[in-house]
Amino acid sequence: MAVAVAVPPATPTIVPRRGQFLRSMPTKAKIGGAMLAVFLLIAIIGPAIAPYDPSATNPNAFSAVGPTAAHLLGTTSTGQDILSQLLVGLRSSIVLGVLTATIATVLSVASGVTAGFLGGVADEGLSLLMNVFVVLPALPLLIVLLGYLPNSGDLPTAIVLSALGWSWGARVIRAQTLTLRSRDFIGAARETGERTWRIVVFEILPNEVSLIAANFVGTFLYAILTSVALAFIGVANFSTWNLGVMLYWAQLANAFSIGDWWWYVPPGLAAALLGTSLVLLNFGLDELGNPRLRGASGRKNRRRRAWRPTDPTPVERAELVR
Amino acid sequence: MIRRLGFYAVAAWVALTINFLIPHLLPGTPVEAMLAQHPQLTASAVKALDIQFGIGHQGSLLHQYGVYLTHLIHGNLGVSTAAYPASVVSVLGNTLPWTLALVGSATIISFLLGTLLGILAGWRRGGRFDQLLPAFTFLQATPYFFLALIVIQLFANDWHLFPGYGGATLGVASGFNGPFIGSVISHGVLPAATIVVTSMAGWMLQMRNVMITTIGEDYVLAAEAKGLSTRRVMFTYAARNAILPNIAGFALAIGFVVAGALVMEIVFSYPGVGYLLYTSVGQDDFPVMQGTFLAISATVLLACLLADVIYVIADPRTRRRAAF
Repeated sequence: MAVAVAVPPATPTIVPRRGQFLRSMPTKAKIGGAMLAVFLLIAIIGPAIAPYDPSATNPNAFSAVGPTAAHLLGTTSTGQDILSQLLVGLRSSIVLGVLTATIATVLSVASGVTAGFLGGVADEGLSLLMNVFVVLPALPLLIVLLGYLPNSGDLPTAIVLSALGWSWGARVIRAQTLTLRSRDFIGAARETGERTWRIVVFEILPNEVSLIAANFVGTFLYAILTSVALAFIGVANFSTWNLGVMLYWAQLANAFSIGDWWWYVPPGLAAALLGTSLVLLNFGLDELGNPRLRGASGRKNRRRRAWRPTDPTPVERAELVR
Repeated sequence: MIRRLGFYAVAAWVALTINFLIPHLLPGTPVEAMLAQHPQLTASAVKALDIQFGIGHQGSLLHQYGVYLTHLIHGNLGVSTAAYPASVVSVLGNTLPWTLALVGSATIISFLLGTLLGILAGWRRGGRFDQLLPAFTFLQATPYFFLALIVIQLFANDWHLFPGYGGATLGVASGFNGPFIGSVISHGVLPAATIVVTSMAGWMLQMRNVMITTIGEDYVLAAEAKGLSTRRVMFTYAARNAILPNIAGFALAIGFVVAGALVMEIVFSYPGVGYLLYTSVGQDDFPVMQGTFLAISATVLLACLLADVIYVIADPRTRRRAAF
C-alpha cells in the first residue's frame, strides 16, 4: 500500500442518484475500474479458457519458444504454455489479493472505529498497536514468517499479509472516526438514545465508505505486489501458478539475459497493469472523498483554462471551495 | 518527544518479542534445517547444536525469553547455520553498511526529488509536471524487481553503461582508496536509480495533494497580493507548510521503501542486508534470517525517530505537543 491516502475533511457524503454517481466518478477511477473489471473477468473465466494445462511440460522442448499460432504467448524452456500460466496464475494472485484486502479491511475498520469512537484507554492501546505495526518493516518479517511455514497455501499467506497490512487503514479510519464523532448528527443520535452499535453501523460507517473502499483497494495493491515479490524471492507455494511464481521460473531459467521476452513480459506487465488499475481507482476514490483534489478537468472544459490557484477572483474561489 | 521515545521503545520491544516468538510458535527449528543439510550428524552433535542455538526445549518459555534478551544485550544473535561457525552479528556487520549507504542515499534522493516534483505539480495543477504523474503511477505499481530486471538487461547487459551485479568489482581491495570508491559508486548507480524512480511517485503524489489544499489558504493569496515573487510564494509560503505531512509520512512510508529496496538488492545481487536475507532463506539459515529482521527493524525505527526529530524542527507547533 504505497499510496498515501490523505485524510479528507469530514464531510457527510451526499449520495447522488445511481446514474449521477457513475457519471460523477473521476475519469481516473473510471479507467481504473474498467481495467480492474477486465482482470476480475479473467480471474473468473481464465482457468476455464486456458488452452493447455499450465504445468504440462513437453518432453521434446529444449528451449523457450516465442509466440506461435499454437502457443499465443510462446512456451517456457520446458514447453509449458505461457498464456495458460498467465490465465491460471492471475486468478490465484487476485484471489490472494481480495482475501488479504478483505481480512485487513475488516481488521482496520473494527480497530479504527473502536479506537476513534470509544476513545480513552481503548484508543490509547489500539493506537499504540497500530503505530507499532505501521513502523515494523513488513517484508522482512513476512520472509521470516513464511520461511518457517514453507509451501503454505493461500490462506496462511493471506492471513500473514493482512496481519501486517491492516494498520495503515486503521490509522486513517480512526482519524476520520474521531472527527465524525464530534459532529452534531452523532450527538443528535446519542441524544435520541440510539445504541452505540447502531450509531456506528448507521451513522459512522456510511460516512466512511469512500475511505474504507480506498483502504480496501490500497491493501489489494499491497497484497499483489508483496506476494509477487515474495514468490519471486522464492518464498511461496510453488505447486500453484501465480504471477510471482511465473517470474521466479523465468528468472531461474535466465529468461532475462537470454532475451526470452515472451516469458517474463506477460506476468510482469500483468502485475504492473493490475497495480496501475488499483492505483487509478484509489486516486478516484481519494478525489471522491476530498473534493478539493477533484477538479481541474471539468472546470477547464467549461472555461477553457485551468484554474490558477492564486487568482484573486472571489467567485471562482467560492466555486472551488463550494 | 519523550512520549515518542517511549513509543519507539515499545515498537522495538514488539519487534524483539515477535522475533523471539516466531521460532517457538512455528514448526521447524534451525537445528532441523541444519540436519537436513548434514544428515550425517550424530545425536550428540544435534544435542550440542540445540544448546548452542538456544532452541532446544530447556526451561520454560519465559526462561528462554530471558536468556534470549540477555544474549541480545550482549550482542549475541546466535550462530549462522549456513556460514557456520560465523556469528550472525559478524555476518550482519559485513552487509549492513552496504544497505545503509545504498538504501539511505536512494531514499533521501527520492524523498527530495519527489517532494520537489510534487511542489511543482501541485503549483501548476494540470501542467507539465502534473501530467507526468500517471507515468510515475505506472512505475510505482510495477513490481520493483521487474523494473530492476529490465534496467539490468538494458543498461548493464545491452549497453554496458554501468555494472548490474554486485557491490564492487571483485579483486579491488576494499578501503578508502580511489578505485574501490569509484567501483562502489558505479555499482550503486543502477540500484539507486531504480529505487528512486519507483519510490518517488508516493512522495510526489502526497506533496502535490497537500500543495493543492495549501494553495487554497488565505495566507498564500495574501502573499501573492503583496506582490511577492512566484518562487517565494511557492516555496516559502505554500511548500513550507505543505511539506509537514510529507515529513510525517516519511516515518510511515519508510517501511515500504525499505521493503522495496531489499527486493532491489536481491535483483542486483547487492551485498546488503536484503541479499543476505534472500540467501539465508534459500539456505534455511534461520538465525541469520531473524538477525536480519532485527537489524532492519532497528534501522527503520531509527530512521522514523530521525524523521520525527526533523518534523519537530520543521514544525514549531509540535515543540509543545507530541508529533503525529
